[in-house]
Amino acid sequence: MDQIPIMKIGDCLLVSIQVDMHDQLAISLQDNLTTRIVQTRARGVMIDISALEIVDSFIGRMLNNIASMSRVLDAVTVVVGMQPAVAITLVELGLTLPGVRTALDVDRGLALIRRLIDDEAGS
Amino acid sequence: MDVEKQATLAVKSAEDIVRIRREVRSWAVESKFSLVDQTKIVTAASEIARNTLDYGGGGQLALEKVRQGERRGLRLTFSDQGPGIPDIQRALTDGYTSGSGLGLGLSGSKRLCNEFYLESKPGVGTTVTLIRWK
Amino acid sequence: MPTKKATTIPTLVAAHGKQLLESWLGLQKDSSLVASGAVDTATLHNYSERFLSEFHKALASGRLDAIGGADWAGVREFLSDFSRGMAQHGLTPSQIATFVFSLKQPLFALLSHEFKSDAQRLSEELWQATLLIDSLGLYTSEAFQKSREEVIIRQQEEMLELSTPVVELWEGIVAVPLIGTLDSERTQVVMESLLQHIVTTGAEIAIIDITGVPTVDTLVAQHLIKTVAAARLMGADCIISGIRPQIAQTIVHLGVELSVTSKATMADALQLALRRIGKTVVDRKTPQAASPAE
Repeated sequence: MDQIPIMKIGDCLLVSIQVDMHDQLAISLQDNLTTRIVQTRARGVMIDISALEIVDSFIGRMLNNIASMSRVLDAVTVVVGMQPAVAITLVELGLTLPGVRTALDVDRGLALIRRLIDDEAGS
Repeated sequence: MDVEKQATLAVKSAEDIVRIRREVRSWAVESKFSLVDQTKIVTAASEIARNTLDYGGGGQLALEKVRQGERRGLRLTFSDQGPGIPDIQRALTDGYTSGSGLGLGLSGSKRLCNEFYLESKPGVGTTVTLIRWK
Repeated sequence: MPTKKATTIPTLVAAHGKQLLESWLGLQKDSSLVASGAVDTATLHNYSERFLSEFHKALASGRLDAIGGADWAGVREFLSDFSRGMAQHGLTPSQIATFVFSLKQPLFALLSHEFKSDAQRLSEELWQATLLIDSLGLYTSEAFQKSREEVIIRQQEEMLELSTPVVELWEGIVAVPLIGTLDSERTQVVMESLLQHIVTTGAEIAIIDITGVPTVDTLVAQHLIKTVAAARLMGADCIISGIRPQIAQTIVHLGVELSVTSKATMADALQLALRRIGKTVVDRKTPQAASPAE
């Protein structure tokens, strides 16, 4: 079965979702990510969903879960690249993902992760 | 309402949900839906298909290209022979769930369509009809 | 009562086509179509000839009572084009319909000549001809109206696009000044266009200025909130500026929770936006002065 690759860049993990997510894939991504966070002691997780054409409540819940679980594991999660049509639909669906940090693209996502980690170190 | 094209798809597995999303997308593109409208109907289809699978024990989707006067749209009818929904009113409330979801499936999908009908008989099954006009 | 006696109109038109065209053209020389300058004689000749040719083909079907049917498709298509073309020249529906109605006289002349000695038959044929020409004349009016409606719809769509200018105020800051009444549909167009601009310009901050909006109802307030929520999901922040006192009251009375940054004026919003992206505006004469207090 195919899996979504998780890349490590410095102390961040980068996941770029390029395929149509089916439920099993979402669940295995969740499992793999938490394992990798612990293994690599990553401080940040970035999930690029710019290629996703839809985010339904199942995938929305997965994003939420990843954010919550990484928080417990002392890592910040940033979701980047959500398409406008997807964002409009998610809001209409009633999912505003309040616990998930977002950024426009990968560059800004990395900058946001840095800032969040530094803020934590500073406080 | 006239039906211009129709197809039946199975809702038996998680892979079927992906297939349904693709099929609904291509029909919506063919019907010249805007990108936002395509995304809305595909997302609603994904939600209801998962409900049909998880709570109805699987069923089928009747996908139709319909026309009423000058209006054209897509009608999606999901049906299952599952346990049914005892309290429809409650099932349509935001946040209510009988499973592990966020409880947005039914009420959220309703907001993504122009017309939404839910029929259910305990012990007999559930039929959900969605219409999105162009 | 005379009922379905086969009409001779098709045969007559077929036999005397040329004569019909000539006398019709003769009549139309002084018509308002020519007088208005919308068509010259040659074009009118061409139109009349094409109409008669389609008319002749349709008549051959023998279905004089069903101009909505497939047999009359050619005639209808010609009349629609004709009507649309004339409407663009600024002609009125009655002027356009007169083109068809003016065929009555030469056609009636043909019939009177044919049934000189049979008054009963003549009146039946005249009645048939009247019904037919009338319905074709009315069809041009319908076509005229339809072409007008198409124009209106197109203009509405253009207005929608025109009324939602998203502008880049600074690198990373876009703004949309909303002016006029916001209905649901327009708000939705604004929302989509704003979000699209956020993607194309990579702007992290979007200012929605509603100074020019006289009223905000629940639906519009909800659309605004949804826009803010959608922008946030994409990774951009919204600032709403220019909320008038009445609108602030409405929003509170409606019980809509506007959990969004808002500023009194666009200028304030821009200042905040600049600060968020790490820029400050300083007075060149006194560079030491700190940026104004909040």
